[in-house]
Amino acid sequence: MSVTVTRRSNASTIFLIVALLAVVLFVAAPWWAGRAELRLFGEFFLYLGLACLWNLLAGYAGLVSVGQQAYVGFGGYLLFALAIHFNVHPLLIVPVIALLGAAISVPVGLLVFRLHGAYFAIGTWVVAEVFRLSAAQITILGGGSGTSLPVSVVKSIAQSRSDRESYVYWAALFLVLLIVSISFAFLRSRQGLALTAIRDNEQAAESLGINISRTKFLVYVLTAALTAALGALIFLQKLRISPDAAFNVNDWTAFVIFIVVIGGIGTLEGPIIGTLLFFLLRESLADLGTFYLMILGVVAIVIMIRAPRGIWGFISNKFGIELFPITRRVL
Amino acid sequence: MPMLNTQGLTGHYGDFQALFGLDITVGKNESVSLIGANGAGKTTTMRAIAGLLSSPAHMIQWKEQSIGNLRADQVAKLGIAMVPEGRQLFPSLSVEENLKIGAQSARSGPWKLNSVYELFPMLTEHRHKPSTSLSGGQQQMVAIGRALMSNPEIILFDEISLGLAPIVIKQIYTALPEIVRDGTSALIVEQDIKKALQYTDRFYCLSEGRVTLNGDSANADQHDIVQAYFGN
Repeated sequence: MSVTVTRRSNASTIFLIVALLAVVLFVAAPWWAGRAELRLFGEFFLYLGLACLWNLLAGYAGLVSVGQQAYVGFGGYLLFALAIHFNVHPLLIVPVIALLGAAISVPVGLLVFRLHGAYFAIGTWVVAEVFRLSAAQITILGGGSGTSLPVSVVKSIAQSRSDRESYVYWAALFLVLLIVSISFAFLRSRQGLALTAIRDNEQAAESLGINISRTKFLVYVLTAALTAALGALIFLQKLRISPDAAFNVNDWTAFVIFIVVIGGIGTLEGPIIGTLLFFLLRESLADLGTFYLMILGVVAIVIMIRAPRGIWGFISNKFGIELFPITRRVL
Repeated sequence: MPMLNTQGLTGHYGDFQALFGLDITVGKNESVSLIGANGAGKTTTMRAIAGLLSSPAHMIQWKEQSIGNLRADQVAKLGIAMVPEGRQLFPSLSVEENLKIGAQSARSGPWKLNSVYELFPMLTEHRHKPSTSLSGGQQQMVAIGRALMSNPEIILFDEISLGLAPIVIKQIYTALPEIVRDGTSALIVEQDIKKALQYTDRFYCLSEGRVTLNGDSANADQHDIVQAYFGN
């Protein structure tokens, strides 16, 4: 009996076409969108990036970190330090920041990997707080009150404001595309297969020769590197950094967890849906002040009760579709 | 020459002691069964050997090397594979992906996807189906195939036939000589004493964490086994 096997489906092919069109549209955004929209799109991409990475960490590797703001802030501060004091081009330094993010995550990881489950979560948060307090001690970067990027550095990106904003926007778009592609490629690789096996059944995976802690550590370092790169771009967009903003658990972890859990944890589609919903809610409810946060809370509770696997989990379960073809199906 | 032996193996779950000094030996190309009532310590013994339960290093010897303290993935890389009770397949992976996971320890040998499909031809047509869509017996074949993919020198079968239809049990036991023939030893936990004695070279009977009887399967005395089984 001969069968054809594919990971692709009609839905995923249509999605690929739509996604490519969207990418073209977004690449061209500096020519058709206003300044405010461009800023919003940029922010959207950066949040999408954070969500994809947290999803990889928590949804696939089972590492529920509430301390990813450590790497966001680390990346942001590193960018300011290098750009102000070593006079390097802020955009060209982003890959280096990713590497340094990976480097710092190794000792941090060795420390927090001694903890498990809820202790791991709290441990990562503690590390982020230590990072925040340390950043507040660096007087040449403004200490507790933070610092702004000097005009000369800002001008080194591009002379005109609109050019500069376009460059930072493209960098954010490029980085998020890179993150989505890396997640996708990683999950389809041998390591990704091992990661899926670990997620399904840790003990069985281990007794088949999969080194669980090494695989998880690899994911931790990878996400730390890319989170640091995102952090650099987040604060390059803001042009100002302070310890409280850089290592903010609400902005860089709580909202990201909301996005991933609501969208559908453990799926690549989930973070995209979640980020869309989060920005829709934020843009339409921002004027309501604290009511906005209360509504976010209600949405989170309702979705967790009605659809525990998130919006995407609900949709793919109901209609059996998959936009990122990871699992194989028989035709 | 013993490949694997335990020396005074003890096992604990917290404060509860499940094994009280077990001495078990498995030689090359040998198939050995562990029999005993529920709670006798059969599964604990398997878990200790597989590294899922940590023991003092010297209590488990593999080719004269102390391995009791190794992690499960390190044990697997030495060539000790386990077919766990209840199969423990990976539900989000297909049959073939489950088999491929078995090759993660990257040991070379005769077992590859093709040879596993030759051993269990009925898996071929299901190779791309989700592993959970298969019948219990087919799932057990996947679990065995997955263990074989690491080209083990010994394979531990925990509850090899539990919950399977008699016809499937027969198929699996028919495949057993083919597995052992290729230079692989087997340690089998089996509820069915008759089957255990019929298909293995030697047996150990456990009761309350101790070996109460052992010997050649062919010469086993029914009466002695009943005595040992219930631990008098």
